Amino acid sequence: MKFALFLGCTIPARVMQYESASRAILGALNVGVVDIKEFNCCGYPLRNINFKAFVLLSARNLALAEQDDLDIITLCQCCFGSLKKANHLLKEDALLRNEVNSHLEKEGLRYTGGIEVKHLLQVLYHDVGIAAIQKEVKRMYEGLQIAAHYGCHILRPSQVVQFDNPLSPTIFDQLVEITGAQSIYWPLRLECCGAPLCGINDELSMDLSKKKLESGRRLGAEYVCVACPYCHLQFDTVQERMRAEKRMGDRLPSILYPQLLGLCMGINEKILGLEMNRIPLDSIKDFLSETRGKPGTKAAYDKGARRNVA
Amino acid sequence: MVLSISLYVALVLFGMGLFYKGFRWFRYSPSIGAQNVPTARRLVAAFTGILSTLFSAKFFTLVKVFILDVVLNRRILREDFLRWFMHMSIYGGFVLLVVMHALGRYTSAVIFDNYYPTINPFFFLRDLFGVLVLLGVAIAIYRRFILRIPRLFTNVRDHYAIIIVAVILLSGIALEGVKITSHTIYRQMVADYAGLEDAQELRALEAYWVQHYGVVPPAGQGPFDAATLAQGEELNNANCVVCHSRPQWAFTGYGVARIISPFAGGLDKVNARRSLRYIHIFACLIGLAYLPFSKMFHIIASPLSLLANAVMERGTSDPANIATRQMMELDACTHCGTCTVRCSVAAVLDEIPNINILPSEKIASIKALVSGKELRRQELKAIQEGVYLCTNCYRCTVACPVGINLQDLWFNVREVLLQRGLPEFSVLSPLSFYRGLMRKEMGKKAYEKPLVRAKETIADKCTLMKIQDTVVPLTPTDRAFKDKLQLSAQASTFSGCFGCQTCTNACPVVANYKKPQEMLGLLPHQIMHACALGVRDLAFGSAMLWDCLTCYQCQEQCPQGVSVTDVLYELKNLAVEYISGIPSQTMERER
Repeated sequence: MKFALFLGCTIPARVMQYESASRAILGALNVGVVDIKEFNCCGYPLRNINFKAFVLLSARNLALAEQDDLDIITLCQCCFGSLKKANHLLKEDALLRNEVNSHLEKEGLRYTGGIEVKHLLQVLYHDVGIAAIQKEVKRMYEGLQIAAHYGCHILRPSQVVQFDNPLSPTIFDQLVEITGAQSIYWPLRLECCGAPLCGINDELSMDLSKKKLESGRRLGAEYVCVACPYCHLQFDTVQERMRAEKRMGDRLPSILYPQLLGLCMGINEKILGLEMNRIPLDSIKDFLSETRGKPGTKAAYDKGARRNVA
Repeated sequence: MVLSISLYVALVLFGMGLFYKGFRWFRYSPSIGAQNVPTARRLVAAFTGILSTLFSAKFFTLVKVFILDVVLNRRILREDFLRWFMHMSIYGGFVLLVVMHALGRYTSAVIFDNYYPTINPFFFLRDLFGVLVLLGVAIAIYRRFILRIPRLFTNVRDHYAIIIVAVILLSGIALEGVKITSHTIYRQMVADYAGLEDAQELRALEAYWVQHYGVVPPAGQGPFDAATLAQGEELNNANCVVCHSRPQWAFTGYGVARIISPFAGGLDKVNARRSLRYIHIFACLIGLAYLPFSKMFHIIASPLSLLANAVMERGTSDPANIATRQMMELDACTHCGTCTVRCSVAAVLDEIPNINILPSEKIASIKALVSGKELRRQELKAIQEGVYLCTNCYRCTVACPVGINLQDLWFNVREVLLQRGLPEFSVLSPLSFYRGLMRKEMGKKAYEKPLVRAKETIADKCTLMKIQDTVVPLTPTDRAFKDKLQLSAQASTFSGCFGCQTCTNACPVVANYKKPQEMLGLLPHQIMHACALGVRDLAFGSAMLWDCLTCYQCQEQCPQGVSVTDVLYELKNLAVEYISGIPSQTMERER
């Protein structure tokens, strides 16, 4: 199993621990990744301004991966959403594909629509599988409640991204529960983190983050677990700032999914980059038991859901 | 006489150039904060900064960076072996030539007892170094003109750099070749060093040199018999070999000598070596005098940039010094194009033809900008757009072979430009995420100004939004607007909307406000309706467009299959195009 690893712009510049932790767990699970140095921005930030520019950037990445005959694995959900969208359009719309190829051909590239784009969570769930991950888990959390934050661009638009049931997804919850932690049900779990408006309308952006974090905290979560650098920065760096500005009280620290899983797999904390998170993660180790406990189950999750709804 | 005067003129020009450049470093600044710091204060800050660094543990960092990055070009090696080889050849070869050959009188002659430029190893090494430089130049030409790397631009300054080095080297080799063949020079050497009187001996030595040393005699000599040559060899061993190795060692010059031998006599008569010597020396002097104004100034600025960046950091270093460093960095740029090749967004150039998107080209514009030159509104807009179309991925900064902190440079220039008040619509895109994270770096007012400016500019043009309680005439419909939407790959579904408000009810932004319409203008379902009616102003003018999270809740839940979020995306694109008149403001420079 081999993928072209698409890191995007934000991870190597600002969330380096997400990259190192992901490489470590993928390595341990025998998922090979190839780095393509020529990859560029996925186009996401340009979608507000210029649709064609966005498609061109995305298509160039797709073409580069296709050249090496590799599917793409992304860690960022905004990269995922954009590459997925562009891939969908380029496969469906021959006119658009020809137009984009006329630009790409100037540098000897061409995209024919031959590859797929997957997010880390999809690879873990579908390609590796829950059972195989469970085999690698050496220690488990006990009594740890996690608020799993799905993130918008992995769920919606479901017709394009085809990740999970968009109204009632379970994949991320199941992945969280491999670690023995309980993935709680919280009403705002499918809402946006607020990051897309950071820098555009900060008040609104922070309002939404605050609501979401407080909802998770109120329902008993110790951590919010994310699988996207934007969500993480919003829940980590921006949350710290909100607290510094006295906009919110108790914090709900953000943990990246490969960090959560990596600890259970016995991967070195330095590689997982725990200390690189702004909000300290030290206390999570208190939840780890030395032996393999009973994994959290779907039933526990459903029970939690019922309890929280009631 | 002429040459010494020229040398002094060149040295004076070089010195004045250095002073002018140095003055600029301490006078101007690409960031707002340091623009008003007086030059004297900047000089003092630099002086204290340098002293305190030299007497701290950072000194060892400097030594390490000097050896690895300045001398050995480690950062170029990381990027590409061929380019490293090219640069090491040119700069290594040239430095050695300058030390051993150009300044031979003050270096080689002082160090070595029996120094003659015509004796090995100097005789051979001079040619070897020359060949190294030429090889480097050849790779440079190959890379710039044959390889055709996408988006790598080559400008006048690059041409000049390649030409001046090539002229110096080629004229030197040609001069050497002509000198080897020159009978006049041969006769002069015999007179100066051999001290032979006997006519037969003179003839024998000359025969030997013609046969073996490439000297081309006046017509009508040779072939020579073995006895004469043997005598010549003896005389050569006795008189010449002490200070003249076989010219074959100077292999490039000897090659030229062989090629020109049929007409070498003529060249000797017209004193071609004198012209070549002038060309060679004047090319060197022109190179020297013009150095501070050419790309070659990086010889001085790039090592300084590498060293400064190794020990300086935003936040901890004196802002006055950061400003000085950034001015220096502008001169350190060699226009090598590494940043552009590695740039995350450079590929959009085909869709957004603004050359300022490319980091390597942005530098040139920023140079003009910071020196206080009055730029036209269109130029300013193009630079501003170029600096804003950046995902702040740091790839340029990580890759830059001369260690320029491009990221900081873009950040500062971006803020300077945004404060001028020209509306920049890219601030309303997630490209602003980084700026949002860096909010603390600027005052609240300065932070909000470009956001307010962009939103206001759009609102100003959409007058209908501002008129309350008015009946909007629905005919004639804005057909052009509606057609554009209908033809767009992502927006054509708007016509399916039957106004059920599910999208609005699903929207977390709408839900965030008690009175959403006061904050957002039209709500999602109303915007869809405005599209169906073809009322452009209403569709473009709502704050809702720019406050959309693109979380796709609306689109996911629409019972009619309207791609609500994608329609909003398309409306944003169209609004920016409509309001800024994009096609007219693009600016291209010649490739």
